Amino acid sequence: MDDDVLISKSFKLLGSEGRTALIPYVTAGYPTRDATVPLLERLKDVGADIVELGIPFSDPLADGPTIQRSSFAALENGTTVASVLDDLRTFRDGNDLPIVLFSYLNPILAYGLEAFLSDAVTAGADGILLTDLPTGADPEVEARISESPLALIRLIAPTTPSERVPKVTRGGSGFVYYISRTGVTGARVKLRESLAEELGQIRSVVSLPVAVGFGISTPEQAASVAGVADGVVIGSALIEALDKGGIDGGADFLHSIRIGMDRG
Amino acid sequence: MSTETPTPMNRFGPFGGRYVPETLIGALDELSSAYDEAASDQKFSSEVGSLLRDFGGRPTALYHAKRLGEAAGHPSIYLKREDLNHTGAHKINNTIGQALLAIRMGKRRIIAETGAGQHGVATATACALFDLECIVYMGEEDVERQALNVYRMKLLGAEVRAVGSGTRTLKDATNEAIRDWVTSVETTHYIIGSVVGPDPFPRMVRDFQAVIGRETREQILEITGRLPSAVFACVGGGSNAIGIFDSFLSDKEVRLIGVEAAGTGIETGQHAASLAVGKPGVLHGSFSYLLQDEDGQVSPAHSVSAGLDYPGVGPEHSYLKDIGRAEYTAVTDQDALDAFHRLAELEGIIPALESAHAIAYVLKVAAKYRNDGPVVVCLSGRGDKDVSHVAQIEGNEPLV
Repeated sequence: MDDDVLISKSFKLLGSEGRTALIPYVTAGYPTRDATVPLLERLKDVGADIVELGIPFSDPLADGPTIQRSSFAALENGTTVASVLDDLRTFRDGNDLPIVLFSYLNPILAYGLEAFLSDAVTAGADGILLTDLPTGADPEVEARISESPLALIRLIAPTTPSERVPKVTRGGSGFVYYISRTGVTGARVKLRESLAEELGQIRSVVSLPVAVGFGISTPEQAASVAGVADGVVIGSALIEALDKGGIDGGADFLHSIRIGMDRG
Repeated sequence: MSTETPTPMNRFGPFGGRYVPETLIGALDELSSAYDEAASDQKFSSEVGSLLRDFGGRPTALYHAKRLGEAAGHPSIYLKREDLNHTGAHKINNTIGQALLAIRMGKRRIIAETGAGQHGVATATACALFDLECIVYMGEEDVERQALNVYRMKLLGAEVRAVGSGTRTLKDATNEAIRDWVTSVETTHYIIGSVVGPDPFPRMVRDFQAVIGRETREQILEITGRLPSAVFACVGGGSNAIGIFDSFLSDKEVRLIGVEAAGTGIETGQHAASLAVGKPGVLHGSFSYLLQDEDGQVSPAHSVSAGLDYPGVGPEHSYLKDIGRAEYTAVTDQDALDAFHRLAELEGIIPALESAHAIAYVLKVAAKYRNDGPVVVCLSGRGDKDVSHVAQIEGNEPLV
């Protein structure tokens, strides 16, 4: 139940140092099938605190064009749930960077929920985030994940009704992912100005650390979010950096975000 | 409004549900309560009813197709003429209802997905009628094969956005519409065109389409003095089928038969027969039968008919299949094309390629029912939109 120790430890340690968690998202199997393990190692080296590792899906309806493209390419590369778990196992050998698997529900159901939970734990996953399993959507599936050693990462959106916010984190652990704006994933120029106020409202009813994502693309934005959140998630902008400069380009970009956050 | 109410979790047995991003939960709650309130409001039902009558042309006829019957070896085949609705298909039954609901919720921006373009046209029509902004997502492949409907939507003041991702058909148009909704949910209502998607859509769209079955039941009793032995309808997402099945669910002696698209043949893998050969899974917000590979990736569907070219199916159909209340079968592209011609030649009715699937199956099996009493086929739409596409398939130059 509390085997999400790596995630909690990470937030505790950062908290004691007054720092904010940097949480990059990468699509497994992108840009190439064998890029994932070296990419995870580089992300760790440049200051990632937790990584969201995306399992690609054919119908990523919560994702914008960038992550859609990376998902389709990863599937073309032959990436499967099993191959993502293999990569994770390889990376985990000698690395203690917490990994949250990020997926749509159907590939997990097709793999078999029990088998997936057990194989993911064996491979070294620390948490799971399911974009299309909002709290209460499938109590049986949610209960089985909550009972597993994996942290169930819950999402809160700006449109989540206020009376629902405390309920959303039920069964969740590790941290809460706050979607900083309505919409699909994707780099954006402007973030919501009311972010600090929104986070204050969430913190008044939710005790887990709150990470903020969706649309953060520059060191300045990351720094300003880091000032009010416990974690900063960087997804589409990192995928774009990978497109431009490969693994080195992605790592350099994330490093610039880390520096921006630590300065801010 | 209906006999089959979803369980407290808003499911049909294990099927249905709300597998959507958290962003949409608030809107689905709002929509559910607005719909439940409207459904029990006499004024709302009568407003929908009079618009469907005066603007839509209801009730539609139940027509005794004698020459079709002769050809099929059954003397009493009846066609429920949904093709006679304004805009040429049953889709208007749903879009009028949902547009009125959007107005009740104070949302004046409407989005929709469309495959064949019939739902897009019906949505654009309702939006013109009520002066609502209308954006229709349509796969690039469908934009090409349904050029006429694309132009109709534009004439009606809608913006058509071609979707180039994934399979470039209805599945990806739906993904794109959901992405729009996730972004614009505070001001926008999403008019889903079939009995698919997250709760409350499957039961709400069914209730709006149930008028087909209510009329059919009354008409067949009045004309023949008895219930039909079987009711046939094509199934893509399944809205015309649920609409006509609904009033017969408790008449256990009436066989309910849904006809899916077998494409180039089930054995070729190029088809859209989710119920026949799919496995339950999650797509577009609900748990239902789904064409998918062993890794849980959604398989591309194929059908000559854009409206059936969808790898999923409405959750209530999955439930009716599993409890054995309805039966599902499939016919090929070629069967449908043959039926398209036969109905035109025998009855002077050009059916939509979607509806032609139901006609094709009836042509195959009607003789078996000849001693059991009348059968009814839902003729869900007219085929004008398909004429150019069919002409092209048959080696002619494109007409539009």
